[in-house]
Amino acid sequence: MNNNFKVLINGIIKENPTFVLLLGMCPTLATTSSAINGMSMGLATMFVLICSNMVISMLKNVIPDMVRIPAYIVVIATFVTIIEMVMNAYVPALADSLGIFIPLIVVNCIVLGRAEAFASKNGVFASIFDGAGMGLGFTLSLTVLGAVRELMGTGKIFSMNIYPEQYGSLLFVLAPGAFIVLGYLIAIFNKLQHK
Amino acid sequence: MAKLQSTFKNMFLSLSIICLTVAVLLAQVNKMTAKPIADAKAMKLQNAISEVVPAFDNDPVAEAYRMADGQGDSLLVYPARKGDEIVGYALSSYSNNGFSGNIQIMIGFDMNDRIVNYAVLQHAETPGLGSKMTEWFKNPEKPSQSILGRDLSQGTLAVSKDGGEVDAITASTITSRAFLEAVNKAYQAYSESREDGYSGASPKNAAEKSNDEAEEIKKEEQSNE
Repeated sequence: MNNNFKVLINGIIKENPTFVLLLGMCPTLATTSSAINGMSMGLATMFVLICSNMVISMLKNVIPDMVRIPAYIVVIATFVTIIEMVMNAYVPALADSLGIFIPLIVVNCIVLGRAEAFASKNGVFASIFDGAGMGLGFTLSLTVLGAVRELMGTGKIFSMNIYPEQYGSLLFVLAPGAFIVLGYLIAIFNKLQHK
Repeated sequence: MAKLQSTFKNMFLSLSIICLTVAVLLAQVNKMTAKPIADAKAMKLQNAISEVVPAFDNDPVAEAYRMADGQGDSLLVYPARKGDEIVGYALSSYSNNGFSGNIQIMIGFDMNDRIVNYAVLQHAETPGLGSKMTEWFKNPEKPSQSILGRDLSQGTLAVSKDGGEVDAITASTITSRAFLEAVNKAYQAYSESREDGYSGASPKNAAEKSNDEAEEIKKEEQSNE
């Protein structure tokens, strides 16, 4: 259990997918225009990560090496399709605002990367914890990124007013703001880690 | 259990079984979510309609029909009735000239050529600039930018830069033009449908027609996806 906990923390801090590994930048930059969007994207990815890690580590012995990539992609695509359908059915507004980036979780390199680097070599429980850790790390960093951009751009966090909207700078809601905020957050994260 | 060797037979079986399993699983999930997804879509349409026309007690979606917009295309018209009387029309209109392509709106007119309200159904305009159109044109405190209550029989709407009377969204003239284009298009179809004296058509015909329309809409939606 202690080991599993280490795996979990590893995903959140030491190998944080966004701030340290710099994986999955496409959804990171595109969906974090507000805190709630970033968080939902993170949670959807976490669901896919946990499920695909679990299934792949269960199946690792019955998947021959030479066809492992197609097999992994099929498993991942399945869970992505499931979450897409469920979101369309029960949270259509959120599904609308995330749009194409939900189906694009399939090609998120974190998911396939963890399947290849961790789930195909470790047991089921360790893999679930790895998926949860990576997913949490991704969710947290996307939420922070989204919150900072939302605050600087519109004066709100999670749609709660912090200061009047007209003082916000639109730049942060648009694409360049994503790069700027991400850069500063990575710098802060590195600084804190090296202490 | 030892790892399976990469022989042709193993690879074939392993992939086939995985694909078959997920196909069954996905079919099940699809079956379970099909109805909620359809409900959510219908709900969205229903909400948009009731937002833009005066209170009604019929089912405008079931009575929807298409009307030419005078530019070689046709728009969906949702008549809103209270009792036997038509109180307004909701029209689903669009423009392809937005800053980022297609804009779809739902707009309601009362029986005096006046705009009751509008709702933006779909757009890809720049957040914080063009996306302000969802609120901009219905701000009651700023009559120069609000289009609510405007009488379109006096002439179509245009932004002030083009000699019209509507203030465009700050730094988003292209979006504003496209939005007003969609509004004008809707008005065109609205006035045509009033001239046509749609109310004269027998209800039975209308019902049949609307069934066909519903089918068509469904097809369109599917092809859109």
